[in-house]
Amino acid sequence: MAYPRSPERHTPLRPRARGRWLLILPIGMPLLAPVYDRVNPQLWGIPFFFWYQMACALVAIVTISTVYLLSKGRR
Amino acid sequence: MEIGVFSGLLGLMLVLGFAAARWRQPSSIHSLEEWGVGGRAFGNWTTWFLLGGSMFTAYTFVAVPALTYGVGAMGFFAIPFAILTTPLAYLLSTRIWSVAHARGYVTPAEFVRDRFGSRGLAAMVAVTGIVATMPYVAVQLIALQAVFKTLGIAGDWPLVISIAMISISTFRSGLRAPALLSIAKDVLLIWVVLSAVLIVAMSGGWGATFDAASTWFSRTPSPADGITLGGRAGEIGYVSIIVGSALSIFAYPHAITGILAAKDRATVQRNTAALPIYALALGLMGMLGFFAISKGVLPVGGDLNTVTPQMFHKLFPAWSAGVAYAALGVAALIPAAVMSISAANLFTRSIYKEYLRPEATPREEARVSRWASLVVKFGAVLFILFVNPQYSAELQLIGGAVVLQTIPAVFIGLMTRWFHRYALAAGLIVGLGFSIGLLYRIPDYAVTGLPVPGSHFGGASWPLANWGFPTTATVYVGVLALALNLAIVVVGSLVLQLVGVRGGSDDIEAADFQADSDDPTLKRLDGLLDGLPSQPVGAHEAGAFGYAPAVDSAGRVLPSASAAVRRRATMR
Repeated sequence: MAYPRSPERHTPLRPRARGRWLLILPIGMPLLAPVYDRVNPQLWGIPFFFWYQMACALVAIVTISTVYLLSKGRR
Repeated sequence: MEIGVFSGLLGLMLVLGFAAARWRQPSSIHSLEEWGVGGRAFGNWTTWFLLGGSMFTAYTFVAVPALTYGVGAMGFFAIPFAILTTPLAYLLSTRIWSVAHARGYVTPAEFVRDRFGSRGLAAMVAVTGIVATMPYVAVQLIALQAVFKTLGIAGDWPLVISIAMISISTFRSGLRAPALLSIAKDVLLIWVVLSAVLIVAMSGGWGATFDAASTWFSRTPSPADGITLGGRAGEIGYVSIIVGSALSIFAYPHAITGILAAKDRATVQRNTAALPIYALALGLMGMLGFFAISKGVLPVGGDLNTVTPQMFHKLFPAWSAGVAYAALGVAALIPAAVMSISAANLFTRSIYKEYLRPEATPREEARVSRWASLVVKFGAVLFILFVNPQYSAELQLIGGAVVLQTIPAVFIGLMTRWFHRYALAAGLIVGLGFSIGLLYRIPDYAVTGLPVPGSHFGGASWPLANWGFPTTATVYVGVLALALNLAIVVVGSLVLQLVGVRGGSDDIEAADFQADSDDPTLKRLDGLLDGLPSQPVGAHEAGAFGYAPAVDSAGRVLPSASAAVRRRATMR
């Protein structure tokens, strides 16, 4: 599927986003099973095992939004 | 009352699905771009609902509570798995979107064909994807069946009704139907989750719930259940399932379909930031499994999948239970529709057009996909009839173990072209053989916790003790097979390159991975689509929407944008 290259082809690639390393948090936190596999401390009667993992979802929302906003400011 | 509200709402949804073909109507829906990926013009909200609707399914709302009800903490794996998916999606889905957009792909197999220069490998990836999608569709059908069972409709009828409903809602409208239904579904689901939380709060709160569940699990014969994983062995199995499932999402064709339907890169990225909201809803549903235990909810006829609908039946007012059933029903219909569309696209693009009729027109492609999507649904029925594990979540894991074997080509291939096509093919075949072999040897477990003799495909966790390791730990079959697969791909690529066997040529350029909808280089899109350079098709027809000047959201006039890109820009 050869296609003729247009001159605009050589536009520079998008700049690398800053702050991507932050994503290590939502990637790493759900994998620490030996750390969160416990009942205490409880929150509203919910064992740690469960509320920790729900908290990971909040962390994911915050970090991904941050990384997105940082990368957008750069453009 | 329950049945009335349920069938009323569901009927309304089906009408909506049927009318969806007219939503943002293209001049023709008879092209795969329109039927299969919604004309690639879905904005922020639609994409979020569609992705959420296709990834967080009735599996979420029926199979996960059933699993926590049955095995406790282990069943919660779906939550960390959903969370882990989102940062990975943020990093990689823009690459998937760009390369598909720049080159007109609707399935991952087409990417593999061009990336590694191998039609054969692409066909293998397509077949693997189709086969793996069937058990996942089956999970949705089982969930629908469970709702019907709770309503007292017994026998094979529920299955027939479920199939018919899913077929009706996709055959005509393609991806537009599930996208529109997703919005309606989420409104219903928010209602269900909120009222469930309210009921938990009114009947003793989470503390009492978990105390009761803990007592319950300590009385069951199985040592593996409980409200924690209970030590190292359980944790190993838990993490292996999280990692395996999160990776498999990027290989499942239906998840990619949702991404492809977005209109630009920023839409994709913003969406991944908002997707963990679904993980929260999923977590609440998972904990409701414990609530069902504490309230003494018993499944209909021992079928654990009916735990969630039974709970609504027992604890909700009748009209509210009807709403909940409708939400579950639609939550099953949408993903089943998206999955069968994706699998059908795989067949059409990588097998039908590649091997059977290379000269197929866009109209013919769309027609073949419609019929292929029906075949996928009946394949799913076969899975229900022949493979019937105790927990329907296991069906999804079995599909995952299969589709994970395409990860080296589809997912790692996004980042490197180093792999050799023959090594990839060998790894895929061996990985598939290995994982299916292991799955075959995993028996069903009876309620007593003992394996049922002579049963197969009962789960997806392989006990390491079977290989003589002195541990009770189990590992997700998909991860084991993927490790073997990757080893073969790496060693094979090295050897083939040393010996000097020619690899496939890579047609994809670095810039293709970065292309966005405002990119002038996307002029190529119209030409690549369906092989009709001078004849725009469907939504790509100039003036389909009657917008004359090409301006982006900031009002700047776009340089030399194609009709398709121009339309997208004005729709922002």
